[in-house]
Amino acid sequence: MPVEIDIAKVAKLARLALSPEKLEEYGAQLVDILEHAERVGGLPTEGVPPTSHPLPMTNAFRADEVRPSLDRDEVLEQAPQSEGPYFRVPRILGET
Amino acid sequence: MTNWEAVIGIETHVELQTRSKMFCGCEVNFSADPNTTVCPVCLALPGALPVPNEEAIEGILKIGAALDCELVESSLFHRKNYFYPDLPKNYQISQYDVPLCVDGHIDIDVDGEEARVGITRVHMEEDTGKSLHGSDTGRIHDADHSLLDFNRSGVPLVEIVSEPDIRSPEQARAYAAELQRVVRALGVSDVRLEEGSVRFDANISVRPAGQAEFGTRTEVKNMNSLRSLQRAIAYEIQRQIGVIEGNGEIVQETRHWNEDSGATSSMRSKEESEDYRYFQEPDLVPLHVDGEWRDRVFAGLPELPSARRKRIVAAGVEPQAAATLVEAGDLADLFDHAVSLGADRKQIANWLTGEVVAHLRRNEVALADTGLSAAHLNELGSLVGEGALSSTAAKEVLGHVLSGEGSPREVAAARDLTQISDQTALDAEVDAVLAANPDVVERLRSGDMKPIGFVVGQVMKATRGKADPKLVSELVRSKTQGD
Repeated sequence: MPVEIDIAKVAKLARLALSPEKLEEYGAQLVDILEHAERVGGLPTEGVPPTSHPLPMTNAFRADEVRPSLDRDEVLEQAPQSEGPYFRVPRILGET
Repeated sequence: MTNWEAVIGIETHVELQTRSKMFCGCEVNFSADPNTTVCPVCLALPGALPVPNEEAIEGILKIGAALDCELVESSLFHRKNYFYPDLPKNYQISQYDVPLCVDGHIDIDVDGEEARVGITRVHMEEDTGKSLHGSDTGRIHDADHSLLDFNRSGVPLVEIVSEPDIRSPEQARAYAAELQRVVRALGVSDVRLEEGSVRFDANISVRPAGQAEFGTRTEVKNMNSLRSLQRAIAYEIQRQIGVIEGNGEIVQETRHWNEDSGATSSMRSKEESEDYRYFQEPDLVPLHVDGEWRDRVFAGLPELPSARRKRIVAAGVEPQAAATLVEAGDLADLFDHAVSLGADRKQIANWLTGEVVAHLRRNEVALADTGLSAAHLNELGSLVGEGALSSTAAKEVLGHVLSGEGSPREVAAARDLTQISDQTALDAEVDAVLAANPDVVERLRSGDMKPIGFVVGQVMKATRGKADPKLVSELVRSKTQGD
């Protein structure tokens, strides 16, 4: 079953600037993956209960307890840019 | 001339006041220094895995139950994908097609006109970090970079989506205010608009009255008070009517309310930003709320504000006073406690909504920070009932009790405010005033009772307000009418 995707839109949503060659290459790969999913979707599954998660578990919770956070200096050292106590990132154009 | 009808739905975000964040053990602390309550989970470092906070799930179920929602037995977390620097994972953990609570409602009242606003859904998600734009200039448009604080990233956030049942800015405000009261009564959030622990966004469209289809809607954000929510909606309704009547078209978009200019302006086109590519969060297992859990949540609900107002009004308190008591839940708690000790309902309500509220405002303190207890209110009522305090003196005593000077009896004694209701003690005072004013005595004797107020006033002055005015008045009558 042929699958169609708008690879340029997918790239844009992922904020990826791809060359026309790369768009074609990745587009073909994604189509392969989606076609495989289509094939799996065509398997006879009558009588099989829908599963949303591979683990037979629900309600894996933690108690509301505070645990130590990381040291700020160490954290900011890992970032490409920081300023004072903050992370610093380029402004997202067109958004405020 | 077309008669326009507004159609309004409200999305509300409530930050839950848990000790730790939604998916990690970092402290929820809004006054912490920037980026000091962060860890691999809420910074989205590779390999970090989220684990839901059970207390937050309890919190959202309480909200859902209080809004009379169905608590959904099996629900799921999804990833909502979008790019924004305050979202370190590039997705927000949220809920999509199966939220925890659905199909509830809230009843509102605008000037005696009641309306029911449906609640479509209530779902669990996480808050984002905070971005500061253009820290150098303070002007957003000059900034070439943003600064980020991730302390808020991952704080439990509950989104409450209303049906588009709201028809006016006044109803929108009433809905928001009642929702705040309900959540506050549950004790799961302090829902302070000015601090962002509750945020309201409004979806607004207009249509000719009688038309079934909705018009194109806009979403208005950035209202940081109930007043600005009402103003922003009123503005946006008029703007949309103006555009349509000028033969223009409404663009579906997000608009930003500007408090200073009193107007909304376009933020970004919605079509492009709305492709969130939701998919199930593979790192989290499904939620299962069984019948026992559901029953426990409903059974554990406190008395809700609407029921409480009705009960207090039914007990004989004016609706406005009952609303004031319930608005600040701690006042209603104190009221209930004092009444349970036997205090007079109306008198207690008057003191609480009068002197007490005024004292709290004037001194910018919380009720818990004052020296006032239910036993004090009851004692104050008894002192007035015994005639030991005039109603004026009772208010003065109350003021000093609030300031922490002790019990009403102690304050009245220490400040010498006890009323003189002893006849023999007042006899001499009345005689002295009458002796000094023979013309007044003459008028009273001739049946002209007008000057009686003057005599009472003089006695009150001589006793520095401590005389029982009713008793003084009786004495004057008996002394001048007796023979």
